[in-house]
This record gives sequence, C-alpha cells and structure tokens, in this order.
Amino acid sequence: MTDPAAEPQPAVVDCAESVRELYTFLDGELTVERRTAIRDHLEDCPDCYGGFDFEVELRQVVSASCQEDVPPALRTRVAEALAQLMQDEPEPA
Amino acid sequence: MADPATFADEAMPYMSSLYSAALRMTRNPSDAEDLVQETFLRAYRGFKGYQEGTNLKAWLYRILTNTYINSYRAKRRRPEENDLGELEDFYLYRHLGGLEGARAGRSAEDELLDYVSEAEVKAAVEALPENFRMPVLLADVEGFSYKEIAEILDIPIGTVMSRLHRGRKALQKGLYDFAVDRGLAARESTDEEPVHDRSRS
Repeated sequence: MTDPAAEPQPAVVDCAESVRELYTFLDGELTVERRTAIRDHLEDCPDCYGGFDFEVELRQVVSASCQEDVPPALRTRVAEALAQLMQDEPEPA
Repeated sequence: MADPATFADEAMPYMSSLYSAALRMTRNPSDAEDLVQETFLRAYRGFKGYQEGTNLKAWLYRILTNTYINSYRAKRRRPEENDLGELEDFYLYRHLGGLEGARAGRSAEDELLDYVSEAEVKAAVEALPENFRMPVLLADVEGFSYKEIAEILDIPIGTVMSRLHRGRKALQKGLYDFAVDRGLAARESTDEEPVHDRSRS
C-alpha cells in the first residue's frame, strides 16, 4: 500500500536552510537524506560552499592547535600513582 | 564489568587527549597535571563500574569533567554566559573576506594561520565561557558525537547543540579579535545582524 504523501520528495534546500544545518552537517549528525540535500545545495552554491569549507578548515586548525604532548614526568607520575593504588587496592570497590 | 588489572593498559593511551583537554579546562599546566592524575586514580577506583565494550574514552572524559567541576572550577568565579551576543553565521569567513588567497595555491588552513597563531587559537578556546568551552572542546578537538557530549556533560542533546552553536561563533569572534589586534584585519562596527533567521527552525 502506498500513501502518496509518504513518497520521498526530492528535497530542495536553500541557503538559509543549509546555513541553519551547517553544524549538524559538519558534525555528521544529519540523516542521510538531509545530508544529501545539503550536499546538493553546496554543489550549486559557491557562497555556501566557501563558508562550509572554511568551517571545516577552521576546525582542523582548532583541533591541531589544541593537541598537547604529555610531559614525560606526568606519564611517570601517573604510572607510579596507579601502581601504588593497585597495590593498596587490588580490588577496587 | 571491567577487570582492574587491565585498567592501565586500556586507559593510559588516552592520556595525551585527556591532558590536552585538561589544559584547556584549567588553563594552567600544573592544575592540568593534577587533574589528569586524579582522573586516572578515580577511574581506576571506579573501573568495575565501567561496562566493557562501551566507550572507554567517553567514560574517562566524564570522570575528567566531573573531577574538574568538583575540584577546580570552584576556585573561579562563575563564568557569565549571556555576554556572547548574537553573531552572524560564517562570522570569521565573512570578516576575513573569504580568504581569497586560498585559491592561489595555499590551503585555507595555512591562510588562517597567517591571521592567528596556534597560541592564539588556544587562548581563544580558553577564553570561552566554560559552558561553551567544554562542548566545543569535546566536539571540535576530540570529535565526540552530540550524544556522547550529552552524556559526558550530563546535559540534554538540545543544550549540547545550542551551546556548540554559540560557542563556535564566540570562538570565531575571539579569533577575529586576535587578527584585528595584530593589525591583520580591519576593525568593524560591532552591530552584528544575524544574516539568517533561525527562529523558525
């Protein structure tokens, strides 16, 4: 049984809508259908594409800038504290 | 239920990402080190409550966050969260003029780093009010999903989404301000008009 209202409609997304879903799109939190609809819009709209692309690059810069090396002394300190704790409390509650 | 004997092997690989987050949270290397150590000790004590096969990284981040909130945040005044204002979409992209140079063979990433240094990116993240800093860190640096962030921070998914939205824009404003301070971008009027009306969504 087919209900015509339930037929998948070709989704058309405009700039406002695609910008509204910018982050859910980039975060990978959209359904496949929405994702495809936004992607279609980006292919046709250089302005939105430029903005989305910039957000992707920005995120890479933020992520890379915030990676830190663990000070070796901290690694040793935690390993020793854990070893001590495991000796004192081999079976944590 | 997880076996405590395997705790170190399973958890230690997450130290560098936990430490990176701890630094952004405490904004201070010595507090960050203490926070990481305390997180590992608490996690060991609670490891039996960890369901094997579930997301260990998210579980450790939840302990990190709770430890931070209980032990470190109290030292500071409560951050204000209403002073972010409403910023336009694509804030930084629009204000930096779309990085035209990116089309001349350099990556947008390199172009961006002409405007702001790594140290400034860290400072801009650290300057975010805490309610926004945590979701932004968890999503954009650690790549957690909305659901994972909701569980780590113990807030509804809708709240995660709105804080990410506002926090990311505030971060862009902070980065732009650094570029302006360096004389790399022009100071503009502060009247920010939302380009798109989001109220109908």
